[in-house]
Parts: sequence; C-alpha cells; structure tokens
Amino acid sequence: MICQDVRERLSPFLDDELDAVTSREVSEHVAGCPACAAELAGLEALRARLRSEVEYHRAPEVLRARVLRQTRAAAERAGRAHPRPAVRWWRGLAAAAVLVAVAGGAWLSGSAARGGPADALVREGVSAHVRSLMAAHLTDVASSDQHTVKPWFNGRLDFSPPVADLASAGFPLVGGRLDYLAGRAVAALVYRRRQHVINVFVWPVDDPRTAVAPAATRHGYHVIRATHAGMALWLVSDLDPRELATLARLLVARPPSP
Amino acid sequence: MSERRGPESGGAKPVLTAHQQVRFEESVLPHLDAAYNLARHILRDGTEAEDAVQDGCLRALRHFDGFRGVDGRAWLLSIVRNTCLTYLGRRRAGGGTVAFDEELHSADSEVSGPEADLARAGAAEGVSEALSRLPVEFREALVLRELEGLSYKEIAQVTGAPIGTVMSRLARGRRQLARALGGGAKEGD
Repeated sequence: MICQDVRERLSPFLDDELDAVTSREVSEHVAGCPACAAELAGLEALRARLRSEVEYHRAPEVLRARVLRQTRAAAERAGRAHPRPAVRWWRGLAAAAVLVAVAGGAWLSGSAARGGPADALVREGVSAHVRSLMAAHLTDVASSDQHTVKPWFNGRLDFSPPVADLASAGFPLVGGRLDYLAGRAVAALVYRRRQHVINVFVWPVDDPRTAVAPAATRHGYHVIRATHAGMALWLVSDLDPRELATLARLLVARPPSP
Repeated sequence: MSERRGPESGGAKPVLTAHQQVRFEESVLPHLDAAYNLARHILRDGTEAEDAVQDGCLRALRHFDGFRGVDGRAWLLSIVRNTCLTYLGRRRAGGGTVAFDEELHSADSEVSGPEADLARAGAAEGVSEALSRLPVEFREALVLRELEGLSYKEIAQVTGAPIGTVMSRLARGRRQLARALGGGAKEGD
C-alpha cells in the first residue's frame, strides 16, 4: 500500500472500522513509514484532545423532569396510570451505585458519590491516560516481556506491581512507566487491544480483597477500578467497556505475584 | 434567538399503555444525556437544545408504536437530531443568524469563505471552539464518534447517511479540525 492509500484510511483505522485485511496492511505500512506514523499520531492526539477537552453536556435536571412529566401524562391518558412512579431507571442507577459499594468494600464505595474525592480520582486517571497518549511518553520501558518490565520497577517504586503477559488473550503488553496518581508514585502498565491503548495504574492499598467495580465513563474514556491481592488496579482506555472488563477479570484472576 | 418558539405544544397528544411506559422508560429515557449532548453540539445553544430534546421526546412518545428495534439510543438520537435540524432550518428561515447556518447543507462543498478564514485565524483556539465551527454534519459525526463512542453503523442509523458517507465525514472533519488547530494533518496530502 502506498502512502496516499494509507493516509486515506487512517481515520477509519483509528476507529477500528477497517476490514481485517486492510487494517493489517495499514498497520504494517505505518510500522515502517515515519511520515504516516506521524500522521496517525496526530490523529490520536486530536482524539485525545476531543475526548478530554470538549465538554459532554449532561441533560439538566429540569429537562429530565419535564420529559418524565410528558411520559407520565401520556400514560395517564391511556386511562391506565399505574401507581409505579416513573423513576424506574433512576432506581436502576441507584441500585448500580449500591452494587459498587457492596462489591468494592469501603475503599471503592467512596467513589459512588459524584463529585467526591474518588470522582476527582477518576478524572485524574483519565487525565493521566490522555497525557500518556499525547506526550509521546507512553512507556519508560518498552517491552512485551513481563520479565523485562517487572524488574524495571525495582528500586523505582516501593512495591512490585503485578505484570502479566496477556498476549494470548488478545491484550499484548506494550511496556511500563512511572506515573503519579492519587498523590503518590504508581506503576503504569500499558497494554494494547487492536489499536486501543490501555493504561493500568497500580499501587498498593490496605485491602486484600478482590473486587471489580463497574466501568465509569468520562469524556469517552472508561475507567474500571479493581482491587486484588492488596493492589489497586485502575484500567483506563477508550476501549469498549466490555472488553476492558475482560482485561480486569483476567488481571484479578491471577494469583498474587511473588 | 428572537425566532425561538419554545417546545411545540400542538400535535396529537401521545398515549402510552402501561407496558409501553415501562419500555419507554427503560429503553429511551436512559439516553437523555446523549440526546442533550448531541443537541447542544448541533445547536450550540443550551435553551434551544433543551427545547429540541423535549420536542424530540414528545415525538418519540407519539411514535413509540413504531419502535421495534433494540437500540433505544440510536432511535432517540435520530429523532432528536432531526428535531435539531428543523430548528436550524427555522433559525435560517427566520433570517436571524444566517451566517452560521450556511453549513446546513454544505456536506459536499469544500471549506472556503468565511468559515475557513475563521478557522485559519483561530490558530490558537481550543478544540471546543474549533469543533463548534465545523459544518454541522462533520460536527455531529465527531460528537457521536468521540464523545458518544458510536460505531459507524450506529452513526449511520442516527444521521440517515450511508456508512461510506459517515467515514468520509469523520475523516474530513478531523482534517479540518487539525488544520484549524494549526497543526497535524494537512488537507489533500
């Protein structure tokens, strides 16, 4: 494939919307062509900026209330208005929040409160993820070999993060780096799923339980918080949340690292 | 916004059975945020966006009989998006803010004239401003893709455009945006 053909396909390539054959051709070309690679990096940076800087406007409460009234009025017109209050889906949300609290124990439950410190932490996690994509500083140690990445953290952190090679499950390891989150130095392990980058931030917590919270979404990025074997694991990516949850399950299914 | 008329009050009043009410609340209402966000980015006006979403929901209630699919989000978004375009057309007909709404049917015209000049002049502007200056069909595609995470197929459902058109709108929208931001991809490379 020549550069011009590749350039025309970079946008759908970024969106993971090319057929497998074309996608592989583009990916192979980009690997060997610095000019096209720079073009792709530009598109990735633009995506990161769009997702982090453009405001996601949530529906104001007053609008929500008006629409609910409309809906209820329509049902009452049928002469069969039933006593069930028209807030079922809000109750669903509340139930989900409770689930987070129950599944996650005290450490995760703080995050159920919007605007609380954990919410700020979600924002911080997304920012750290976006920064890692933009600054051409995704990894300090670039290797798909867990036996290269894990020792690299020795002496750089006061804990040893679990590093897994999950290439066989479709999550190849890209490398690792030091990052700063929640007011402390953390390990950032970078995995890939197709062209999606996944940052897994790891730091020790005082909670030996295994728990995975449902994904939180901010500006198109998904954050899954988990604890396992005394470590907090935060997964951040634009990857489909279901696939991100798959990675979370793989990570917490592993025995504690030695 | 002197032409603003508020949500429409005329038209047949919707009637829902109890079963439909439950289905509506479960499959459509959870997507109010998505609908409002799209409306805000298409109309670039908070009050109008609220009206458009409320109107859109009224239409959705009225036509809920016709909702067969499983994708309540795409269904609601397409209705609200059409309502927004009606508002844009009305704004245009009102003669108020014509300059911005030239974009309504500019899918196939390359950027030139005042908008391109604005874009070039705004080398230091933020992404939000640059996005808000894109033609509406590029803007909505980017919002649906990047903020809502929709696939090309879903964007095609919402906008009623073929998938190939969605693909080219996103590619061109990104090129224009990169250029407006003063770097990155150049058109026609």
